[in-house]
Amino acid sequence: MNDDVLRVEGREGETAPSSNRPGVWREVWRDTMGRVGILTLLGILVTIFLGPVIFPFDGQSFGASATSILQAPTGSHWMGTTELGQDVFRQFLLGGRISLYVGVSATVIAMVLGAGLGLVSGYYAGWRDTVLMRITDFFLVLPTLPLIIVLAALFGQSILITSLVIGLTSWPQTARIIRSQVLSLRERPLVMRVRSLGAGDWRIMSRHILPNVTPLIFANLVLVLSGSILAQAALAFLGLGDPVQVSWGTMLHNAFNSGAMSSGAWWYTLTPGVGIVIMVLAFSLIGHALDRVMNPLRRGAR
Amino acid sequence: MNARYFVRKLSTLVVTLFLTVSFNFLLFHVLPGSPVQLLARSGHYDAAAKASLTKLFGLNHGLLTQYFIYLKNMVQGDLGFSYTYRKPVTTVLGAAVGNTVLLVGTATAITVFIGIWLGVKAASRANSLTDTAITVTSLTLWSMPDFFTGMILIFAAGVWTHVLPISGIETPGLTVGWLGHLLDIAKHLILPALTLMLVNAAEFSLITRNAMVDVMVDDYMVTARAKGVAKKVIVWHHALRNALLPIVTATALYVGMVLGGAIQVETVFSWPGMGLLIYNSVEQRDYPVLEGCFLLFAIAVIATNFISDILYQVLDARVRNN
Repeated sequence: MNDDVLRVEGREGETAPSSNRPGVWREVWRDTMGRVGILTLLGILVTIFLGPVIFPFDGQSFGASATSILQAPTGSHWMGTTELGQDVFRQFLLGGRISLYVGVSATVIAMVLGAGLGLVSGYYAGWRDTVLMRITDFFLVLPTLPLIIVLAALFGQSILITSLVIGLTSWPQTARIIRSQVLSLRERPLVMRVRSLGAGDWRIMSRHILPNVTPLIFANLVLVLSGSILAQAALAFLGLGDPVQVSWGTMLHNAFNSGAMSSGAWWYTLTPGVGIVIMVLAFSLIGHALDRVMNPLRRGAR
Repeated sequence: MNARYFVRKLSTLVVTLFLTVSFNFLLFHVLPGSPVQLLARSGHYDAAAKASLTKLFGLNHGLLTQYFIYLKNMVQGDLGFSYTYRKPVTTVLGAAVGNTVLLVGTATAITVFIGIWLGVKAASRANSLTDTAITVTSLTLWSMPDFFTGMILIFAAGVWTHVLPISGIETPGLTVGWLGHLLDIAKHLILPALTLMLVNAAEFSLITRNAMVDVMVDDYMVTARAKGVAKKVIVWHHALRNALLPIVTATALYVGMVLGGAIQVETVFSWPGMGLLIYNSVEQRDYPVLEGCFLLFAIAVIATNFISDILYQVLDARVRNN
C-alpha cells in the first residue's frame, strides 16, 4: 500500500517545488559559485585531515631558545613559530579540525532541534504551534553572541560545552523556516489522502513531510554551519575557548594577547584567520548556490 | 485597526521584556553553574563567612522570594554591585553605554547606506560581472570574523604604516581644547567603525540584493518596463520601495548581530564600551556586570524589534489598510 501512495505522489507531482529532486546537488555543482565552494571545501578537508600525515612534524617542538620564538616563516617552519616557539603550520592543521568539529556538532544539535520543533509545530498547528512558536520567537530575539558568551562563561569552556552552547542557541531560525514550509505541506491533498488511508501522524511526518523539507533543511544547515564556526572562533578569541584543544580562534587569541601583532608577527595572525575565512566562505558559497537552485526566480531572468 | 495592531505589538513587547528579565534570573541565579551558587559553594569560606555571603545574596530565602526581590531591585534600577570596579553595576554600565552607542551608531548609519546601495547595484544587473563581483566580495567579508577584520586593519593602519590610532578612544594626556579633543576621538573611531561597517554592509548588501531580485521579476515590474519607464526609476523607485520590507525586518536581526560584533571589535581596539566591558567581566568573572550588559543588550534588541514591527506597519500598505 505504501508503494501505491508513493506512486500517486510521483505521478501527480504533488510534492513541494523544492522536493527531493536528485538534481539539487548536480545543479549546485553546475553553479560557478557552488562549484568553487565545493572544491574549496574538499581542499580544506584534505589539508586538515591528510596534512599531518603528509608533513610529519617532530612533536610539539617547543622553542629552546629566544631565537625560535615568533620566528618569521622559514624552510623548517613554513608559517613561522608561535610566542612559545611552536610551529604555526602544525597548529593550523590541527586547529582546523577543532574549529570544524565544534561547528559541525553545534550544527547537528541546532538542526535536530530546529527541524524537529518546526516539523511538530507546523504539523500539529493549533495550541502546540502557538506555544512552540512563542518560545521560538523569544529565543530568536535574544542577541545570540552575547547569550553564547554568557552561557560559556557560566558553564565552561570544553569543546563539548562550546558545541552544546552554540547548538542550543542557533535553532530558532531553522524552526521558523521549516514550520512555515510544513504548514503549507500539511494542507496538500496528498497528505489528506494518506491520512484517510489510515497513516498515523508519525508516519506522515517521517515519510511524507520530512523528505519534502530535506532540501530546505540542507540550505539552512549550510548557513548555520557558517554561523557556528564564526561563533566558535569569536568565543575562543574572547578567551572562552578550550584551553587544551587549540582551535583557529584560540590561535588568534594567543596571537593577540601575546603581543605578536605589535611585534609584526603577521604569519601568526593571518594563518589561522585566513583558515577561518576560507572555511566559512566555502560553506557560504555552497549556501548561496543552494539558494539559487531552490529559488529559480532569484537567478534573475534578464 | 491600526490601534489594535499597535496594542498587540506593545503587549508582545511587555511580555518579551518580562520573559527576558526572568530568563536572566534563571541564568544567573538558579542554574547549577550560576555565579552566586559557585561563590557560596566554594570551599574557601568558613561557616560564618558562608552564612554572611548567603545572607548578602539573599540565598537564605526561597527561590520564589529571591525572584521577587530580584524583580523589585530591577524595577528600582538596582542591577547589583560590580566585584572588580567596586561600584554599582548601573554606574559601570552608564560610563560605557555612550561609547558603544557612538561606535555602533556611526557604523550603522554608514552600513545601511552603503549596503543598500551595493545590493541595489548588484540586483539591477543580476548575473552581470558587477553582480558577481559585489556578491563574492560581500560573501567574503561576511565570512570574516569581526575581530579578524579588525586585526587586519590594525596591521594595515597601525603596525605597518602608523596612520591611525589602533587602541582606546582618545590619546592619553593630550591637551588641545574641545575641538582637538573631538577630532582625536573621531580619529580613534575610524578603525573600529570601519571594521563593523565592512562586515555588516556585506550582510546588508546580500539581503538587499536578494530582496530586490525577488521583486524585480514581479508582474508590475514587467509592466513598468513595457510602459517605457526609465530603468533608474524602476530600480530605485518601484523596486527598492517594495524590497524595503524584508530589509526592515533584517534590520531588527541586525541589531543583535552588530552588538555581537561590537563585543569583538571593542576588544580588539580597546574601545571602552559595553563590548569591552563584557570581555573584561568574563575575564574577571565579574558576573553582576556581565548580567547587566546582557540584559541591556537584550532590551536593545527587543526594543528595535518593536520599532521595526511598527515601521513595517507604516511601510506596508497591505498591513496598513487591512
